[in-house]
Amino acid sequence: MESRNTDAGTSVFKSLDWITVFLYLILVMMGAVSIYAASYDFDNASLFDLNEFSGKQILWIGLSLIVGLVILLMDYRIYKIYAYPIYGLVLLILLVTIFIAPNTKGSHSWLVFGPVSLQPAEFGKFATALCLAKLFDSYNFVLNQKISNYFRALIIIFIPIILILLQRETGSALVYVSFIFVLYREGMSGLVLFSVLCAVTFFVVAVKFADPLILGIPLGEFTVFILIMLIFVCMILFYCRDGIIGRNLLFGFAGSGLVVTILSLCGISINGTIYFLSMIGLGIIYTAIMMFRHRIGKYLITIGFVATSVMFLYSVNYVFGNVLEPHQQLRIKVALGIEDNIMGAGYNVNQSKIAIGSGGVVGKGFLNGTQTKLKFVPEQHTDFIFCTIGEEEGFIGSVTVLLLYLVFILRIIHIAERQRTAFERVYAYCVVSILIFHLGINVGMVIGLCPVIGIPLPFFSYGGSSLWGFTILLFILLRLDAARKERTD
Amino acid sequence: MNSDVRKDYKLEKRKYVIGGFVAVIVLIYIIRLFNLQVVSDKYKESADSNAFLKRVIYPSRGLIYDRNGKLVVFNKPAYDVMLIPKDVGEFDTVALCSALNLTREQLAEKWADMKNPRKNPGYSAYTPQKLISQLSIEDYGKFQEKLNLFPGFFVQKRTVRNYAYPAGANVLGNIREVSVGDIERDRYYRRGDYTGDLGIEKSYEKALRGEKGVEILMKDAYGRIKGKYENGIYDVSPESGRNLTLSLDIELQEYGEKLMANKIGAIVAIEPKTGEILALVTSPNYDPSLLVGKERGKNYADLVKDPYKPLFDRALQGAYPPGSTFKPTQGLILLQEGVVNLQTQYPCYHGYVNGLRVGCHAHASPIALKPALQTSCNAYFCWGLKNMIDKRGTTAAAQLTKWKNYMVEMGYGYRLGVDLPHESRGFIPNADFYSNSFRGANWSANTIISISIGQGEVLATPLQIANLSATIANRGYFYTPHVVKEIADSVIDPKYREKHSPKIKREYYEAVAEGMRMAVTGGTCRLANLPDIEVCGKTGTAQNPHGKDHSAFMGFAPYDDPKIAICVYVENAGFGAAYGVPIGSLMIEKYLTGKIRDSRKGIEERMFNSNTIISSGVTKH
Repeated sequence: MESRNTDAGTSVFKSLDWITVFLYLILVMMGAVSIYAASYDFDNASLFDLNEFSGKQILWIGLSLIVGLVILLMDYRIYKIYAYPIYGLVLLILLVTIFIAPNTKGSHSWLVFGPVSLQPAEFGKFATALCLAKLFDSYNFVLNQKISNYFRALIIIFIPIILILLQRETGSALVYVSFIFVLYREGMSGLVLFSVLCAVTFFVVAVKFADPLILGIPLGEFTVFILIMLIFVCMILFYCRDGIIGRNLLFGFAGSGLVVTILSLCGISINGTIYFLSMIGLGIIYTAIMMFRHRIGKYLITIGFVATSVMFLYSVNYVFGNVLEPHQQLRIKVALGIEDNIMGAGYNVNQSKIAIGSGGVVGKGFLNGTQTKLKFVPEQHTDFIFCTIGEEEGFIGSVTVLLLYLVFILRIIHIAERQRTAFERVYAYCVVSILIFHLGINVGMVIGLCPVIGIPLPFFSYGGSSLWGFTILLFILLRLDAARKERTD
Repeated sequence: MNSDVRKDYKLEKRKYVIGGFVAVIVLIYIIRLFNLQVVSDKYKESADSNAFLKRVIYPSRGLIYDRNGKLVVFNKPAYDVMLIPKDVGEFDTVALCSALNLTREQLAEKWADMKNPRKNPGYSAYTPQKLISQLSIEDYGKFQEKLNLFPGFFVQKRTVRNYAYPAGANVLGNIREVSVGDIERDRYYRRGDYTGDLGIEKSYEKALRGEKGVEILMKDAYGRIKGKYENGIYDVSPESGRNLTLSLDIELQEYGEKLMANKIGAIVAIEPKTGEILALVTSPNYDPSLLVGKERGKNYADLVKDPYKPLFDRALQGAYPPGSTFKPTQGLILLQEGVVNLQTQYPCYHGYVNGLRVGCHAHASPIALKPALQTSCNAYFCWGLKNMIDKRGTTAAAQLTKWKNYMVEMGYGYRLGVDLPHESRGFIPNADFYSNSFRGANWSANTIISISIGQGEVLATPLQIANLSATIANRGYFYTPHVVKEIADSVIDPKYREKHSPKIKREYYEAVAEGMRMAVTGGTCRLANLPDIEVCGKTGTAQNPHGKDHSAFMGFAPYDDPKIAICVYVENAGFGAAYGVPIGSLMIEKYLTGKIRDSRKGIEERMFNSNTIISSGVTKH
């Protein structure tokens, strides 16, 4: 046992994916330097001062590296063997946390151990990822084979979501939604992913552009109708691979659109709702009549998709106005740029946009940022850390960071695809999904494109729990990847 | 071995979808960042106003000295109570009132004024606003002690003017807060800045004001000052205004103002060799200190309402009939034009009698130029002008144009260009003027004859008359009169170093000077005849539509080496010899000897105490 571990220990460094480790180290160090810049108070505090955020972060990084090293030195098999127990244990901690965690800004998600606070939700990610991986790795498990397989996967995903929602940490809970990418990779229909993306797009466009009116309907609604028509044509052309119907639909929509445009230019206004509904309806009827000559399935899906889209569009306003709570509406409106309440809900976003915008092309230089240092941006060392990069390193710096993340994520996708078993691949895609979600939402909210959802920028944001959570997540993957050659069984 | 074989190659292609999705998101974010950071400027400005407090450091305004190096105008500190409305927190109104020595009502009024967009168009909750201006140093001390009780308040140190002599207000001018118009005209100004108003404070504003400095302080999100930005390397130190040395002799100025007490009129004294104005007295006048401090507004309104118009600088702005002080110009023109020579004599039958009659007083007849100047004979100059205008072989209009050109060369009819605002140009009629006035009807020498004796249409400012005196003293040239002799570390406008020579021969000037000397030794100006100073002079008694004649005197001294040229003009004071001559001679004596001899103390006393304002016809309500 002893000698075997040593062998594993030496071989793990030979087959370790050093590119990923290197990218990880760069991101973590850039994060620490940014935190130093963000909390630097012109009093020339040392980077390593433990009373400062940067000093503490250096300590967290050191501890993370030890954790990472331990993970690498441990046997790769324990993750597969103990995946369920680990998941169960973390769920238990999450459950307990709801009841014993003190109220921190309205959430009950932090466990306090003397001077150290931990956020169990950060550790739920790797546990859920392991559990999901284990499920997909089970004998003869094929996602699309049985509908119950979907249920099993969704249950694994939704239990932590519910527990974290009960801790009132909406942001952390939403992260688990990103596992939809894993399901997609493992065989879930692309239509589902496509539908989700369409729903988000339609929602944003419909809510954001409430005016001006075009053909008597709001610009947003008008745009969504055009998008639906486009999707209709594209699905017929490329999904059903039916050139004739596709071409006829295209000519029908384009021709009628031209007629409506000319008429409205001549002063004869056509009601948009009537026009779009009748055109799409005619398209559906036409497709329905024609489809009986072909394979019906795909046409039905297309028709269903288009019809659902129209219904979705009409329910958006209802949902937005009647289902969402006012503060949620406000956050969404601020993020979409409808509401301009600068001192209220929009304050964070506005200040972070000012900080980033003032950076210019090359930035103000390290430690020369005025906005972040003078505390104009709230949460600048945690969720809004990207501001510091934007202000001090400018466009060049922020694009560099984004590209580093892109390379990092693509590298993990590459790692995922070179695995020979479902366990490792599914786990790797879980890592990819979580990173995509965190990166997309965090940077999106800082630059004012997404609603403000308080989740950290991986490896960058200040905080031990988040850094450890991501480190554990990543190093388990690295350990599994390093083992792909030593595996003999 | 179970799972290894289950690799689905169709599903593997989905990695491109997922990877592409990340790439698209990153691309969208890069476009957004490009827009925020590279394209838009809006955020940079917001960032600066967020983080920086640019505090203006006001330069001290230039000091003003007189020609003998006596300090005339200097600065004293005053303190404005400022606040940034957004940063004003909870405070005790009663404590503020007691700290500022105000009643609750006064404070409420000041507060309302500050927020009133009409009175304060630049109001913003985010920028410093002035609540109370010019706190005295004592009140400032009291307020400063308690400043910490009033968050958002601060004190801005300013300087206000202080005057060492209660004299020369018309020359010195004063400073006032800039108006909206000033700010629009000149980007240098910000609301609450001071700018020169009237006098040299206005005309030398750019030299006196200096350059404002700025200190860049950093403030955090709560508005707290976090120190200087980059240890002050971007700060700009203020540059003090330039000191001015006046050509004025402040003691002569003060003396002139005393002589003019209770009279309406002006004295202008010029150093002929340089064109430097030694004294520029207007009467009635006011103490320049009245227009400083909290009471400025009220005092200014009082001065504007005063029926004697103390703000009206009669020395520059008063356009008067020059009367007989005009005669030397006529003599010069007649000589230069060859209408007369020094031997030419004209008859005077108690006046000019030629179809119309211009009266004169008793003296020998016929008379030549010098004695005509000596006795101020009207008839001589009427005949002279008549002969010039009616010259054969040319037209009256052409001759009058010639005449007018000489007058303009001598500094009449146009602004001389003194370095003070609001100079009047006087009036010298030209041929067109008469053609228009008489609606095309013929006009001849007789029609316009009164201009030859400085009556009728001609008008001149005391400054122009003094300038004539300086020209005669110089025997044929003058420098544009000016009140500022030197600007520290700079040079005065080169136009004040430019010699102007009317196209009249020096010998004619010599002859006129002799005539003026004779007027003092044995003519109308005998009161100015001092045993040790050879004074030359010419009286003027100007008829005017407002009542009693104006009393005028024009002269210079000493005869051979003139040091001072002067014009005295006293409204409604009768004969030139009554006030013009004594005041002029006292000024000359004072300037040249530094004192008034005992034998003339009586005249001095009489001038100090006389009152001609009562005959001006203006009454004070």
